[in-house]
Amino acid sequence: MSGRRWPLFSLMAFGYAFLYVPIGLLIIYSFNESRLVTVWSGWSVKWYGELFRNDQILEAAGLSLRIAAVTASLAVVIGTVAGLVLARFGRFRGRTLFTGMITAPLVMPEVITGLSLLLLFVALEQAIGWPGGRSATTITIAHVTFATAYVAVVIQSRLVGLDESIEEAAMDLGARPLKIFFVITLPIISPALVAGWLLAFTLSLDDLVIASFVSGPGSTTLPMVVFSSVRLGVTPEINALATVIVALVTTGIVTAGILLHRQDRRRQHDMQAAAAAGGRAADLARV
Amino acid sequence: MTDTALPAASGAVQPNRRQTKLEPWQDPGEAPYVRIEGVSKTFGAFTAVDDVSLSIYRGELFSLLGGSGCGKTTLLRMLAGFEQPTAGHIYIDGVDMSEIPPYERPVNMMFQSYALFPHMTVEQNVAFGLHQDRVPGAEIRHRVTEALELVKLAPQRKRKPHQLSGGQRQRVALARSLVKRPKLLLLDEPLAALDRKLREETQFELVNIQEQVGITFVMVTHDQEEAMTMSSRIAVMDAGWIVQVGTPAEIYEYPQSRFVAEFIGQVNLFGGRVVEDAADHVVVAADAAGTEIEVSHAGSVPIGTRVHVAVRPEKMAIAKDPPADPRNAVQGTVDEIAYLGNASIYLIRLADGSMVRVTAPNVTRMTELPITWEDAVHVTWPAFAGVILQT
Repeated sequence: MSGRRWPLFSLMAFGYAFLYVPIGLLIIYSFNESRLVTVWSGWSVKWYGELFRNDQILEAAGLSLRIAAVTASLAVVIGTVAGLVLARFGRFRGRTLFTGMITAPLVMPEVITGLSLLLLFVALEQAIGWPGGRSATTITIAHVTFATAYVAVVIQSRLVGLDESIEEAAMDLGARPLKIFFVITLPIISPALVAGWLLAFTLSLDDLVIASFVSGPGSTTLPMVVFSSVRLGVTPEINALATVIVALVTTGIVTAGILLHRQDRRRQHDMQAAAAAGGRAADLARV
Repeated sequence: MTDTALPAASGAVQPNRRQTKLEPWQDPGEAPYVRIEGVSKTFGAFTAVDDVSLSIYRGELFSLLGGSGCGKTTLLRMLAGFEQPTAGHIYIDGVDMSEIPPYERPVNMMFQSYALFPHMTVEQNVAFGLHQDRVPGAEIRHRVTEALELVKLAPQRKRKPHQLSGGQRQRVALARSLVKRPKLLLLDEPLAALDRKLREETQFELVNIQEQVGITFVMVTHDQEEAMTMSSRIAVMDAGWIVQVGTPAEIYEYPQSRFVAEFIGQVNLFGGRVVEDAADHVVVAADAAGTEIEVSHAGSVPIGTRVHVAVRPEKMAIAKDPPADPRNAVQGTVDEIAYLGNASIYLIRLADGSMVRVTAPNVTRMTELPITWEDAVHVTWPAFAGVILQT
């Protein structure tokens, strides 16, 4: 480390410390023996045991995962259609309005989204008797509403980057528009679909505010359980839960990173090999 | 074209096809295979293609040549069906294409970007079009193999597009568009993405493949050399109009306008006024060059008409001694010499400051150039060399 670099280095160290020291502390304290979160009294894994015996937390976690999975799947379907319309249908009447309406949930304060959805569900119930009280269904509908906006943006940006002549070539070779979408467009943008699904899944899993508005008795999501129990005082059990979540997320990200890196390296290797082979073929052709 | 044909030296023209019989466009009994009738295309206030009519015959390699924005690609996309003409009709093999969507036209296109399907292998890319037509599996395999052998890509059939070099990708695109045996194959700048060396080889390969499969090709290009070496006929386009249609030799030797003369190859233009209009020749008094120019093959042009005379640099001769006949001769000093090996290009500055370009073949082996910088020289040309341009 040269003398000139140390201010930069210390700034970076401070930045990382700011991000990761709290998480590190949380993980350490999840192994605390004491019932008091802030008092250290020795190592123990007993709170993990408590966690896995806590039906309320496990049920909430299961519900959250189910809602997140359904939300992500629905949001990908609707968001893909919306992204396709934005990227491929050129200019049509009301395009600006449509774009604005698609992206509005991105900037709308969650409190407002939650409140307005609650009002909608109440009004719907009075008018047509559906959705019959607040439940996991209403949470899912609410989550799909805002997750779709994110997915649409992801898909749209991928489609804009896709060479349109690929779809034209498929049409030229005799494929009808619907077939082109399923056989050509969807496979090519599949990485964006996966990214959109994961994004929607995370958003849904994370959400506290909107879920609080539209949930009913018996449909308590994990963030709601954590938040309400923390209000009564943080328990080491919550620390253990947080540690489990951090471990899962880290594993997921690291695995995805390694897979992407490998794929990238293989692709680059292929391309170099192809370029070299092409050069040799050209040499042979000339001889 | 024979297999032993060598790439033409830059600027030189070679006849593309041996004249064994009457060419289809000369034969009044031959019906055009593709008819474009009064086709226009406007995008808002912009007119991309303006009342174009063309006849293309079976087995031709027809080029649409022009600069960017001249409407050549729009015309090609209308043949493919990706754009609908604002006015006019397109007939392919006698069938009006107006109501036929791209996926039902007997036309295939090779895209400038190749547009290969990145998630499919070479084989799957080529087979795609046949699958759409529900061709039986055994026949698909047979025809895909045939097409891949034609473009010499059989060993790479299991590769994905990103595992191929640029030239190989270009050949996959060609095989994919040929395998359906379309009535018409459209090529959008087929060689633009290749490097120079590969481009020259591929020009001849494409012509050979076209003659083997016998499919009518319509090619769009901005490269006049490419159009000259490959085409049976060329349509030169400018600002949505067809400026001239003809064989490469006709376009080069008998341009009908200053635009065509200047767009194809190098040319010297002399402005002047017609002073004599005889049965077998026309004489033009050049304004600036201070000479009279005789053009032997011109049609009748009324005396007094303002015209330009175009003379190709390789049809001019350069000498230090004054010529016997003062006609078809100008005088100047050598300003620049470019030695190309097989020929030298001389830039001669005339008394009025204008430049004349002369290409002289280097027939003798010279260690020292007989004509050098700042020499006073005479440039002469025969009466058949000039072309009279009224526009």
